[in-house]
Amino acid sequence: MNIIDRRRDPGGKSLANRQRFIRRARALVRRAVREASGKRSIKDIDKGGDIVVPADGVREPVLRRGSQGGKREYVLPGNKKYVRGDGIQRPDEEGGGSGASADGEGEDDFRFALSNEEFLDLFLEDLELPDLAKRQVMGVEETRPVRAGFRSSGPPSSLSVSRTMRNSLSRRTALGRPRPQDIAAMEAEIARLDGLEGQEDKATALRADLERKRTRMRVVPFIDPLDVRYRRYDQVPRPVARAVMFCLMDVSGSMDEHMKDLAKRFYSLLYLFLKRRYKRVDVVFIRHTHEAKEVDEETFFHSRESGGTVVSTALEEMARIVQDRFPANQWNIYAAQASDGDNLPMDNLNTINLLKSVILPLCQYYAYLEVGHSRDDGGGEGSSLWRAYAPVVASDERMAMRKVSHRRDIYPVFRELFAKEGAGGTGAEAEA
Amino acid sequence: MSDDAVLARKKKSRLVTAPVPAPSSLLFNGPDWNFETLGRIFDAVREIGEGELGLDTYRTQIEVITSEQMLDAYSSVGMPLFYKHWSFGKDFARNQMMYNKGYQGLAYEIVINSDPCICYIMEENSATMQTLVLAHAAMGHNHFFKNNYVFRQWTDASGIADYLSFAKAYIAKCEERYGIEAVERLIDAAHALQSHGIHRYPGKRSMDLATEERREKERRAHGESLFNDLWRTVPQAKGKKPATKKKLDEERRKAILKLPEENILYFLEKTAPRLQGWQREILRIIRLIAQYFYPQRQTKMMNEGCATWTHHRIMTRLHEKGQIGDGSYLEFLHSHTSVVMQPEFDDRRYSGINPYALGFAMMQDIERISLTPTDEDRSWFPDIAGNGDAYGTLKNVWANFRDESIISQYLSPHLIRKMGLFHIVDDHAEDEMEVAAIHDERGYREVRRALARKYDVARSDPDIQVVDVDLAGDRRLELRHNVMDGVTLEEKDTDRVLQHLADLWGYEVRLVEADDETVYAEHKCEPIRPFA
Repeated sequence: MNIIDRRRDPGGKSLANRQRFIRRARALVRRAVREASGKRSIKDIDKGGDIVVPADGVREPVLRRGSQGGKREYVLPGNKKYVRGDGIQRPDEEGGGSGASADGEGEDDFRFALSNEEFLDLFLEDLELPDLAKRQVMGVEETRPVRAGFRSSGPPSSLSVSRTMRNSLSRRTALGRPRPQDIAAMEAEIARLDGLEGQEDKATALRADLERKRTRMRVVPFIDPLDVRYRRYDQVPRPVARAVMFCLMDVSGSMDEHMKDLAKRFYSLLYLFLKRRYKRVDVVFIRHTHEAKEVDEETFFHSRESGGTVVSTALEEMARIVQDRFPANQWNIYAAQASDGDNLPMDNLNTINLLKSVILPLCQYYAYLEVGHSRDDGGGEGSSLWRAYAPVVASDERMAMRKVSHRRDIYPVFRELFAKEGAGGTGAEAEA
Repeated sequence: MSDDAVLARKKKSRLVTAPVPAPSSLLFNGPDWNFETLGRIFDAVREIGEGELGLDTYRTQIEVITSEQMLDAYSSVGMPLFYKHWSFGKDFARNQMMYNKGYQGLAYEIVINSDPCICYIMEENSATMQTLVLAHAAMGHNHFFKNNYVFRQWTDASGIADYLSFAKAYIAKCEERYGIEAVERLIDAAHALQSHGIHRYPGKRSMDLATEERREKERRAHGESLFNDLWRTVPQAKGKKPATKKKLDEERRKAILKLPEENILYFLEKTAPRLQGWQREILRIIRLIAQYFYPQRQTKMMNEGCATWTHHRIMTRLHEKGQIGDGSYLEFLHSHTSVVMQPEFDDRRYSGINPYALGFAMMQDIERISLTPTDEDRSWFPDIAGNGDAYGTLKNVWANFRDESIISQYLSPHLIRKMGLFHIVDDHAEDEMEVAAIHDERGYREVRRALARKYDVARSDPDIQVVDVDLAGDRRLELRHNVMDGVTLEEKDTDRVLQHLADLWGYEVRLVEADDETVYAEHKCEPIRPFA
């Protein structure tokens, strides 16, 4: 008998098959993922989880008997009251409450679980960040050890045995250190000669030789401190692409919970997306009424303010924060603004100027999302902010805007904004 | 080391507090185990299995695995290595989810019909469960694999590991050479026909997998050595061959093609006109693997019965000998009874006859008949009743029967009464189902015959055969489903499989469903993307 411990074997033996399965069912899975994401709460949107795909798409057909018609026989255990010749009502469509239901594979959906990683991959497939290439190399904050030859001192853990032994071998060869086998052979030879008559001279000469060699062996060590080499590592700084995402939102009284929910969903998607592309993503929340303030997430989404609506204050606040904390040459800056479209009419000009001269030059991308109710759809030609932004959007590809009035539109709109060859994108094929 | 220390300390404290009669004879104490314990357990189990029961087994190789690895094993039909295909990934995805959600537990062990016999055991099992598992798999199943005639006839335990590794490498090489997509599509098609890629009756075909592997290499080498590009340029004698073919009458053609043939994959491998060499080889691989698993389907109930009876006997003997404690024995009984539980037909949990339950009950019954028979047993089973040699009788049964035949031979009236078995006929021409026989004097034989039929794999798989090929004309392949009791094939699936079949064959395929009197249905299929 043999006992083998397989527990430490590399796992994931089925991974390749699993990936093949997902690749095969890709179109189905992608659709299912998108449907599932619509039903989820924002916090769970990046979690993997159950995915249901129609069994038809991943079916493995076999030749088998149908479950209808013909004459069938069953043998069942646990008879209590029946005697020969009794009639039993046929249970409806359940295949006689017997083996028949067990052998048929249902036409059900196929359900399985996706990991977070797989879910996001499919969820954000074919999306691209606009202008990613432009400022990819950013702040230096990490170093990585890189092999850089050898050195003669170092910690024991980085001792290079092969290099040390190579040095030792060449030194021993150069200095003529006798090999242990040679010495053993000489000893054997001497022993042999000692046994013979008339070979004393030879034996004596050999003995002297042996003595010399032994001395040499003592003098020339097997491993000399000179031989020892250690692997050398250099710490190489590694550029880390990082991004900051500005969430601007109007929190004046006219923004109701529904609108905020839409905005929040959009922000979550954007955050997820940025997180996939950048090692580090900072988020700044700026809310504004007639004055703007940087707040934390909780306050941003849940507390209410009253007051008028002056959009330019938020842009000023953003410009200030960028200057203070996120120098534009070190950060990729993205901004998303959500509003119901109200603005103090006299502020519009100011807002546009700020956008054009300060904000857009700083940003990789600026998305404006106008949230509303579905009943507002098709009502006239848009809000005051929409009308004000329209010429900017037309002239600057770094800016895009969309209207959203229902939860289910968020994802399509998001995809529109970030589709690989889509609106606002420069089609940069860069990879983060 | 620290584990051992903990174990030792535990042992000590137990010894002080609990009055165990002969503490030194216990194999283990408490649920913990290590490799030394496993070795001790295995030796004790084998001592009873081989010494007292006289079981004859392959060498055993015990492999301790984690639950994740068990999931991996599930999705490759338990085999340590298997070719890659998305359908295994599908199984894996489903099992993984079921397991993670707690809908489904994992098996305690998986055992492989190979020499040496590989038993996977889970690290989570307690020491008692490991004992049970070793008795069940390393003794029970192992003996059955080595001795049962179906396995001896159809499988080559010593060659399977090598053959699978050859298959895996071969398919991987094909993927490299011809593209993953092409290979995957071929395997899809072959899998669809896998249940009809089996020789059900032994002919002169030998099943030595090592030879198979060698022969494939020789075939290739031979083909390569014969290859001469010049031949390609020699003009073909036109009209000569078709002329001789035309002369063949139907009988002759069928004789040459060895028709009818129920092994569809075999037929395609040998005859399909447009397949490449590597495609034939892959069909062959899939078919041989299906063949390897065929005995398992034929003997599922007996195999489990044998293993369950064996573990029950070994555990009981271990307890009698004082090698496992009362607590362990109760833990074992708890697990054992849930394994052999048979819900009755009107129970919500009923989902067919539990092979463990029926198998175990039959083995116990055979033991009872040979030791303490009643008059009824004497008249029904004169050959074994009261022969006094229960072990010998059982071993003979395990060696020479399969599910269908053991039931028709040894299902006793006693057991039919005990399980309350009754036979229902559901003829869709009638309004009601009818109770055809119950567990009474008039019904025993009929119930037994009906149950045996249920376990006849050759009967439960639809009987589909290749009956003719129109070689001279449009090369249409003709198949026939010999309909039994008016039950036809599931339509949607059948059309899908036929599509695969047509793609493999390369020309039109027609399947007729009929019995002696009636033609029930006809399916036709043209190739859409023929393999070539």
